[in-house]
Amino acid sequence: MYNFDFEKPSTIADAVAALAGEDAQALGGGQTLIPTLKQRLAAPSTLVSVSGIAEMKGVCVEDDGSVAIGGATTHADVAADAASSYPALAALAGQIGDPAVRNRGTIGGSVANNDPAACYPAGVLGSGATIVTNTRQIAADDFFQGMFTTALEEGEIITSVRFPVPQAASYQKFLQPASRFALVGVYLARFADGVRVAATGASEDGVFRWSEAEEALNKEFRTDALLGLHINPMNMIGDLHGSKEYRAHLVSVMTKRAVEACS
Amino acid sequence: MPKDSGIGASSKRREDVRFLTGAGNYTDDINVHGQAYVHFLRSDIAHGRITNIDTSAAEGMPGVVKVFTGKDFEGVGGMPCGWEVTDRHGAPMQEPPHPILAQGKVRHVGDPIAAVVADSLALARDAAEAIEVDIEELPAVLDMKAAAQDGATLVHDDLKNNICYDWHLGEEDNDKVNEVFANAAHVTTLDLVNNRLVANPMEPRVAVAEYSRGTDEYTLYTTSQNPHVIRLLMCAFVLGLPEHKVRVVAPDVGGGFGTKIFHYAEEAFCTFAAKACNRPVKWTSSRSEAFMSDAHGRDHVTTIELALDAENNFTGLRTNTHANLGAYLSTFSSSVPTWLHGTLMAGNYKTPVIQVNVRAMFTNTVPVDAYRGAGRPEATFQLERVIDKAARELGVDPIALRRQNFITQFPYDTPVALTYDTGDYNGTMDKLEAAADLSGFAARRAQSEANGKLRGLGVNCYIEACGIAPSNIVGMLGARAGLYDAATVRVNATGSISVMVGAHSHGQGHETAFPQVVADMIGIDESMVEIVHGDTSKIPFGMGTYGSRSLAVCGSAMVKATEKVIDKAKKIAAHLLEASEADIELKDGQFSVAGTDKSVAWGDVTLTAYVPHNYPLEVEPGLEETAFYDPANFTFPAGAYACEVEVDPETGQVSIEKFTAADDFGNIVNPMIVDGQVHGGIGQGIGQALLENCAYDENGQLLSASFMDYAMPRADDLPFYEVDHSSQTPCTHNPLGVKGCGEAGAIGSPPAVVNAVLDALNSGGKAVDHIDMPMSPSRVWTAMHS
Ligand SMILES: Cc1cc2nc3c(=O)[nH]c(=O)nc-3n(C[C@H](O)[C@H](O)[C@H](O)COP(=O)(O)OP(=O)(O)OC[C@H]3O[C@@H](n4cnc5c(N)ncnc54)[C@H](O)[C@@H]3O)c2cc1C
Repeated sequence: MYNFDFEKPSTIADAVAALAGEDAQALGGGQTLIPTLKQRLAAPSTLVSVSGIAEMKGVCVEDDGSVAIGGATTHADVAADAASSYPALAALAGQIGDPAVRNRGTIGGSVANNDPAACYPAGVLGSGATIVTNTRQIAADDFFQGMFTTALEEGEIITSVRFPVPQAASYQKFLQPASRFALVGVYLARFADGVRVAATGASEDGVFRWSEAEEALNKEFRTDALLGLHINPMNMIGDLHGSKEYRAHLVSVMTKRAVEACS
Repeated sequence: MPKDSGIGASSKRREDVRFLTGAGNYTDDINVHGQAYVHFLRSDIAHGRITNIDTSAAEGMPGVVKVFTGKDFEGVGGMPCGWEVTDRHGAPMQEPPHPILAQGKVRHVGDPIAAVVADSLALARDAAEAIEVDIEELPAVLDMKAAAQDGATLVHDDLKNNICYDWHLGEEDNDKVNEVFANAAHVTTLDLVNNRLVANPMEPRVAVAEYSRGTDEYTLYTTSQNPHVIRLLMCAFVLGLPEHKVRVVAPDVGGGFGTKIFHYAEEAFCTFAAKACNRPVKWTSSRSEAFMSDAHGRDHVTTIELALDAENNFTGLRTNTHANLGAYLSTFSSSVPTWLHGTLMAGNYKTPVIQVNVRAMFTNTVPVDAYRGAGRPEATFQLERVIDKAARELGVDPIALRRQNFITQFPYDTPVALTYDTGDYNGTMDKLEAAADLSGFAARRAQSEANGKLRGLGVNCYIEACGIAPSNIVGMLGARAGLYDAATVRVNATGSISVMVGAHSHGQGHETAFPQVVADMIGIDESMVEIVHGDTSKIPFGMGTYGSRSLAVCGSAMVKATEKVIDKAKKIAAHLLEASEADIELKDGQFSVAGTDKSVAWGDVTLTAYVPHNYPLEVEPGLEETAFYDPANFTFPAGAYACEVEVDPETGQVSIEKFTAADDFGNIVNPMIVDGQVHGGIGQGIGQALLENCAYDENGQLLSASFMDYAMPRADDLPFYEVDHSSQTPCTHNPLGVKGCGEAGAIGSPPAVVNAVLDALNSGGKAVDHIDMPMSPSRVWTAMHS
C-alpha cells in the first residue's frame, strides 16, 4: 500500500464533494480495492468510504413493487433482507465469496467494478435493473460496457440499484475452482413481458445478454427451446480454468438449469 | 478396549490448546528490539541478463538502512545442495551456483535481484521501487523436452546443457529390457504428467536474524522443519560462520509439507544483513512471494510401459521421466526424482525387471524440491495408473490384477535397490474391500445413474519408504548428510521429564505423541513428560522432520535414551531397596523387587538421583541420557485406497462421494493423530488430483500466482473419510515397530481419484484412457467430448 488520506462522510453530498479531489476514490467494502492497494496496483490520494452513509444502505420495496438496494448495502444484508422481496437476487448475494467477503463487500462496489466473473452484473443485467447514481439513472443495458468498464463518470457514486421484480428468476453459478467467482454464471429472469438471460464469467466483453436464448424462451419457456442454440466460443474467455469452448458450453448448461429452476 | 493413555491411546493433542486459542508463538510473532525490515526486489522476468542495477536513488530514500545486490555477496557462498546424484555414466550431476541475490542473470520470476533494509516494510518497498534494473530479456526455458535438446537456450551459461543429470536405476542392460517387452503378451503404455504444486502452508516463511557485536553471536529465528540442518548448511556452506556462534530457532511452525526443510536465501540474507547493518533484520513472506519463492513440488513428465505375460503377471516395467528442478538446485531437490522416486517403482508388486530413466532439467521456473511424499507420489501415480490402464485393456478386475502380482514373501529385495522388511498387501486389501464396502458399489452406481450422474470406483495400492536411512548407505547414494536423529531425556528431580528431540513438529502433534511413549515406558502420567524442540541451543543435533521419519527415527533415539535412563534408575532403585539390580522391575511408575512387596516410586528414585545422600557410589548423580539412532533400513508403510466419484456428464464436474484408506503403519502410538495425518494427506492428494495446478505461460510468467487462480482444496471439496489402520505388520528393525504415516495420504490418493474418474467416464461409454491432473471440470468435459 501507498499512503493515502481517508474520509468517511455521512451524506452522499459530502462524499461527492470529497471525491472531487484529485485521485480520490470511493471505497465500498474494500474487497476488491484493498487487495489492489496492497499489491500497490493503485495509488489513490484519498479513499472516500461510503460505508457511513445511511441513505445508501438497506433494501426496500418501492411503491411500484420494485426493490431498491442502497449502493453501500453488503452482500450479507441483501442475502437476508431481499430474501422475501426478491429471492433469486438474495440467493445470488448469498453465493458471493465467503462470509467475510459478504459482510464487507457491497452491491455498489461490485457493480462499479464490473469484474467479468462477478455475480451481481449478471443479476443487474438479467433483471433489467436501473443503476441510480448521485447524478442520474442508468439502465443496466447501457451501464456495463465491457470488462471492468462501466458508464460511470469520474467521481460518480452508485447510490442505489433498483430492480423490477420478475415472476420467477434464478441464478445458476458454476464455480471457478480457485477463486470461486463465477467460471460461468447465468441469471435468468422471467417477466410478464419477456425473459432476460444474462451471463457472467464467460465473455471477454464481460457480462452479456444471450438474446437468442431470450427469443427462444419467449416463444416457449421450456428447456427444449434451447436445443440447438450455441454460444460462439470465439469471444469467450479461455484460461487455466476452462477453455473458450467449455465456457460457451457452460452458458448453455447453466441457462438450461435456470429454466428448470424457474419452471 | 482402547487405551486412555500411553502407547495406543488417542490422547488429545495438547499443543492444540495454544494453536486453537491464538496462543501459538510463530516466527512472525517474534519481534526483536530495533529490528529493521527487508523487502526483496524480485524479478518479474523469467530469464534475462542483468545489464545494470542502480541503487543510488533508493539508498537516499527515507528510512533506508542499506541496499544489497548480488555484488555484496560475491565473496559469500551460494545456497548448497545436500545431495550429489551421480549420473548413468558415473559423472556427478551438474551443480550450478545459486547465489543469495542474483548475479549476472535472473532465472525465474521471483528470483531476488536486490534487497532493501529499512526502518519499516513500507519504506523498504518504497525504496525498492526506486531501484533501476536493466535486464536484457532471454528466451525462457520451460518445456523440459525442448530444454534437453542440443542448442537449447541455457539456463546456466556455464553448464554444458540444461540436464542436471541423466540417471537410471534398475536393469542396466537395454537389450534385456527390450527382450522382456518383445516377449510380453501385452504391453500397456501411458504418458502422464505429475502436476507442479505449491505447498502453501498456512504460515508463510519468515526469518528474523539478530547479531550481537558484544559476543559475535547470531540468532536466526526461522520457519523451519529442521533447525540444525539450517544451521549446518548456512554456517558451513553459505556464510562461513562457526556453528557455536550461531543459534537457529524454529518456534511453532504453521505447516511445512516439505517446503520448510530447505535452506533458503532469505534466511541466509537476514543473518548476513544483521551483522552488515548492525541491526536485527526481519523478513515475512507475503503470500504472493510464497508462490514465487517457496520451493514447488512434483512436476514430472513420464512415459511408463508395463509388460505382462499371457497369465497377466507383470514381467517388466520401464519408465522415462523428465523431472523439473526449476532454475536452481534447492537443498534436497536432486534426491527427489532419483532415490526417492526410482527406488519406489516396484511398488507392491514382484515385477522382476524394472528400468527407471530420469532426466532432471533446469528451467526458468521456481526451484522444485520435496513436497509431502517427495518422489514417492510420482512413482505411485505412474505405476498405479498404468496398472489400471492395463486392467481396462485386458478386461480384468483391477484389484484381482494387483493381488495376483503382490509381493507376498518378506524380506523382499526389489530390482530397484530396496529391501522391504515386512508387509501384508493382501491383508491390507482385504481391510480396504470391507471398509469401503466395495460389494455395495454396484448399487451405489445405480443410484447415481438414476440421478443423472456417472459413478466410478478407483482403487490402488501404494508403498513408501520412510525414515530414509541408514546414513552409510545414503552417503554412498550421494547424501551430503547423515540421516540419524537424537534425543536427550532429562529427568527432573521431582520426576517430570523434558525430552529434547531433533525432530521438529510443524503440525504433526509431537508434543502429544512423543510423551505417550516415554510415559508408557516408565508408567507415569503423560502430563509429566514435555517435549523440547526447534532450538539448536537446547536440543541435541538432529536432522528434523520430513519423510515421515520423526517417530521411526527420532522416536527410536528417544526410546534408546529412555532405556538408558531406566537402566540407571534401576541401579539407584536397587540401592534404595537393598536388592540386586537384576531383580528390579519397573511397572506403573514403581520400582519393585521381583517376588517381594518391596518397592520405591519413580519420584523417589529421581529425587535420589539429584539429592544423592543415600546413593550408590559407583553411579553418577543426575538422571539424563542422550541417544543417537541411525536406522538399519527404511520403513515401508503400505496401503490400499478406494475412491468413489460422481461425474456430472453435462459439466464434467467431479465430486468425491466416498474415500476409504486402509494403511499398514505397523504399530501406532496415537490412533487419532495418525487418522488426522492420513486425512490431511488425502486432502492434499485430492487437491492435486482435482484442483491444484501451478502453471506458467510460454514466457515463464506464473499464471497461478495467487489463490485466485491456484485452487486449494476446501472442506466442501472433500468427503468424510473412512480410514482403517488395523492392518499392522510392525517394522522389524526399530524398537517401536513403527513405520511413519505423514505422507501416505498424499501418496496413495491421487491415483485412486484419477482411476475413479476414468472408471466413471468409461461406465458412461466414454473410452477415455487418461486425463492429466488436476482433473478440472473443463479437462474432464473436454476429454469426454474428444
Ligand atoms: C475472497 C473473495 C471472494 C469473492 N468472491 C466473489 C464472488 O463469488 N462473486 C462476486 O461477484 N464477487 C466476489 N468477490 C468480490 C466482492 O463481491 C467485492 O465485494 C466486490 O467485487 C467489490 O465490492 P466492494 O464493496 O468490496 O468494493 P470496493 O473493493 O470497495 O471497491 C471496488 C471498486 O468500486 C468502486 N466503488 C465502491 N463503491 C462504489 C459506489 N458506491 N459507487 C461507485 N463506485 C464504487 C471503488 O472505487 C473501486 O473502484 C470476492 C472477493 C473476495 C475478496
